[in-house]
Amino acid sequence: MIGLLVGAPLLGAAVLLVGGRYLERVGHWVATALAAVSLVLAATLFFDMLGRDGEDRALHQHLFSWIPVADFQADVAFRLDQLSMTFVLLITSVGTLIHLYSIGYMEHDPRRRRFFAYLNLFLAAMLLLVLADNYLLLYVGWEGVGLASFLLIGFWQHKPSAATAAKKAFVVNRVGDVGLAIAVMLMFTTFGSFAFEPVLAGANETSEGTLTAIGLMLLLAACGKSAQVPLQSWLGDAMEGPTPVSALIHAATMVTAGVYLITRSGAIFNGAPDAQTVVIVVGAVTLLFGAIVGCAKDDIKKALAGSTMSQIGYMMLATGLGPVGYVFAIMHLVTHGFFKAGLFLGAGSVMHGMNDEVDMRRYGGLRKYMPITFVTFGLAYLAIIGFPYLSGYFSKDEIIYAGFSKGGAEGWLLGGVMLLGAALTAYYMTRIMLLTFFGEKRWQPDAQGHEPHPHESPLSMTIPMMVLAVGSVGAGFFFDQGETFVHWLEPVTGLGHGDSPVSHGMVALAATGVMLLGVAGAWWQYGRRPVEAVAPSGRWITRAARRDLLQDDFNHAVLVRPGNYLTRGLVYLDHKLVDGVVNGTAASFGGLSGRLRRVQNGFARTYAVSMFGGAAVLVAATLLMRAV
Amino acid sequence: MSPENYLYLSALLFTLGAAGVLLRRNAIVVFMCVELMLNAANLALVTFSRMHGNLDGQILAFFVMVVAAAEVVVGLAIIVTVYRSRHSASVDDASLMKL
Amino acid sequence: MSTLASLAAETSTSSGEAAQFWVLGPIALLGGLGTVLMRRAVYSALCLAGTMVILALFYLANGAYFLGMVQIVVYTGAVMMLFLFVLMLVGVSSTDSLKETLKGQRWLAAGCALGLGLLLVAGIGQASTGSFTGLAQANSEGNVQGLASLLFTRYVVAFEVTGVLLTIAAVGATLMTHRERLERAKSQREQAEARVRENKHVPPLPAPGVYARHNAVDLPGLLPDGTPSELTVNPTLRARGQVREVHQEALAAVRALEQRTNRHHGRAEAPGEPGGNGGAHGANGANGVNGKGVGAGSAADDEGAVTDAEEARK
Repeated sequence: MIGLLVGAPLLGAAVLLVGGRYLERVGHWVATALAAVSLVLAATLFFDMLGRDGEDRALHQHLFSWIPVADFQADVAFRLDQLSMTFVLLITSVGTLIHLYSIGYMEHDPRRRRFFAYLNLFLAAMLLLVLADNYLLLYVGWEGVGLASFLLIGFWQHKPSAATAAKKAFVVNRVGDVGLAIAVMLMFTTFGSFAFEPVLAGANETSEGTLTAIGLMLLLAACGKSAQVPLQSWLGDAMEGPTPVSALIHAATMVTAGVYLITRSGAIFNGAPDAQTVVIVVGAVTLLFGAIVGCAKDDIKKALAGSTMSQIGYMMLATGLGPVGYVFAIMHLVTHGFFKAGLFLGAGSVMHGMNDEVDMRRYGGLRKYMPITFVTFGLAYLAIIGFPYLSGYFSKDEIIYAGFSKGGAEGWLLGGVMLLGAALTAYYMTRIMLLTFFGEKRWQPDAQGHEPHPHESPLSMTIPMMVLAVGSVGAGFFFDQGETFVHWLEPVTGLGHGDSPVSHGMVALAATGVMLLGVAGAWWQYGRRPVEAVAPSGRWITRAARRDLLQDDFNHAVLVRPGNYLTRGLVYLDHKLVDGVVNGTAASFGGLSGRLRRVQNGFARTYAVSMFGGAAVLVAATLLMRAV
Repeated sequence: MSPENYLYLSALLFTLGAAGVLLRRNAIVVFMCVELMLNAANLALVTFSRMHGNLDGQILAFFVMVVAAAEVVVGLAIIVTVYRSRHSASVDDASLMKL
Repeated sequence: MSTLASLAAETSTSSGEAAQFWVLGPIALLGGLGTVLMRRAVYSALCLAGTMVILALFYLANGAYFLGMVQIVVYTGAVMMLFLFVLMLVGVSSTDSLKETLKGQRWLAAGCALGLGLLLVAGIGQASTGSFTGLAQANSEGNVQGLASLLFTRYVVAFEVTGVLLTIAAVGATLMTHRERLERAKSQREQAEARVRENKHVPPLPAPGVYARHNAVDLPGLLPDGTPSELTVNPTLRARGQVREVHQEALAAVRALEQRTNRHHGRAEAPGEPGGNGGAHGANGANGVNGKGVGAGSAADDEGAVTDAEEARK
């Protein structure tokens, strides 16, 4: 049953890739159907799980022994507990909706079948990642996600920018993957196993140093996959992929993998406070980083990408807090999955109606032309900024509260940072709303003279948006009702209660207050007066934020250029030193032979001289021996 | 007079022959110089025979003569053949075995 | 013979032998020097023969009567004759240039020879005892009998092997110098018919120039314009580079006369005189092989001229 969850989309990918042109016309429906099969299976398993008690809910399934070599036992085994279930439901539901959406979005693309095959592969890899019962199988899913994201980001490979973005995502992810690989190796040497149970159970009896090392390596992996500082640079460029891919990466798959990994390895991080501190720092920095970048971007998708980075930063920060935060990190992850998917699909819908224009300064006043998109996008917008009683309000406030409950100066610092992040979130989301749907229309004919005719998208695109809008509005309330979600996840992640210096109500009040402040700031800047169609140059902070806070320049200066110099130096050494020695030996032998060759001049008399010389030497030697 | 004078004469003749082999280019003259060296060796052998009071040295000289005769026959045949094909009896002209 | 035998039987040499050595030894050395230094191979061969005869005498003086005779009969008689035969095949009267062509060869050779000679002399001087046994006892039954008893007992295997060696050498030399005819030799009649058919040299070849100052076969006949005809000289002589050209000798004589006259009158030789031209011609003529190549190129022209000249004579 659990195997089928992964198997269905995997089968879809295989069939679509192998099937070729025969499936050109039905391929997208096959893929969507198989994604839906996964969803139905997940729902069945979910209700099945609900029927059991809290402690008995975890399911294990051992498929076959994968690498049975003496002590090195790796199995293909699945584990379906509440944490996995949450992810499976999110992945399959949002994934299926995005499949459905893509049918409309990719209608005119000649390589649609291939696209759906990759989508299915993405889904399968992500499901494998969250369902694996050991770290080695998780690693397989991890790499599968990397591969699928590479294929999808670079799907429009005829665009050099897309090809480069795909390559960049793959390379940056690889840095993280190395971290995961090292972590897995460390686990094997420390615990003698890859399976979750022995590893997590053994964490209590292991030295803190080892746990810190493993934890930091896991964090490196999570940074790569979840686009956290310092491995965040690929996420913005990943917008080169088709919009459904962006939605999938940002909402349901890919970036959530890092949060899952850290939550799953909670026992390790609980034993390594230093690693937890680093997780918190990474989360806090990314939170602000993403928010600042999101404020400056004019490209609607890149602004949303900054937002994703920021929201994942919230989750990372929450996981860094330990049992106090795990539940809320996952809760925020789920609600974020809904509203971020809704936002991306809405952005895709806008682009669909605007001839693939992405510059928000060329939009304006679209609410009249795209009412459904406007409403669904608006609901998701309200959810993300934490409008009271929408889903973001519950999950984010809980994280902020958990941050305060860290206690002492740290608690105040974390709470302050997160409140600042909340204000920035409200600011940049309102900016997107205002630029896109309000104000004057600012679009112009494109280079070919086609004036865009904004129109509402087909039903296959709007229905997923509506479903997601409902999720954005209701999920938080549903989760928070009687602390359903907390009780649901508690058996897996544990739950801690810190002593917060402020009460829940005060946090909610403060969060709502800074949210209103952010909205007001955005309105002050973009709502009061007409927006310029061409971005003003702005101050240094704006310019830096437009360049993703110089992340690429930093990477280029710190990593790429020294790497280039190192390579060039090595090549030079190789040429001059290694080849020099080899070639020099050969050349000296060649030269010596060339000289010696002259001795063989072909004249018999010359040879005779040497013979006589030799004879004379022999006679001399003989006489000398006799004399001695 | 001591018979060693024969040995000195033999050494001088041998050296002369060697110098001739090295210096002359005409293959026939070179060959004659080789014969001169052989004769010098024979003189030494004969003298040794007398000094030691047995005939083994003479026997050896006899064999040297026989072998020299065979050598002359074959060597001159080679010279004639080379001369026919190259129209030259110079040992320097037959220098094709070089790069 | 008996005096010689008594000489060799002694354990010390007589003054007669000393006299013989001191007279003949230097002559043998001179012969060796001559062999090495003579420009003409024939002279070298004769010098070598002289040395060999003297060595034969020394063998006799040393009690090796059989070897002395063999030396004269086999070496001087047979081997040296063989050399002379081959010399005649290759060209008796040709002279070698003693100019060294290999760089450093002369110095190396001289150094090696000198070093070897000094070493040998030093070695003999070091090993000398001053006394010797003499062959009185060994030759008591006669030298030949003594040699024979050794040769057919102790050295019999080597003796037989030398017999095989000689046979192989004879066969080998024959094989090497033997040329297989690929086709039947043309008869005189066939050759004449072929000449008529090709209309080439139908009459006999023109005779060499005869000027009563040489044996004349090496002097080409002159055509009416004064140039030598290639056809008049035997190709073998030309291959040996032994062709002389009388017209150049005449020019050289004229040039020598002019030089003498100039010297006598104390005049400097003016440039562009006929002497310069003559020199150029001389260079051409002295290069026998080259001359042959040029001659082959202009043979057709010469031919017509010769026939014309002969018809005019008739």
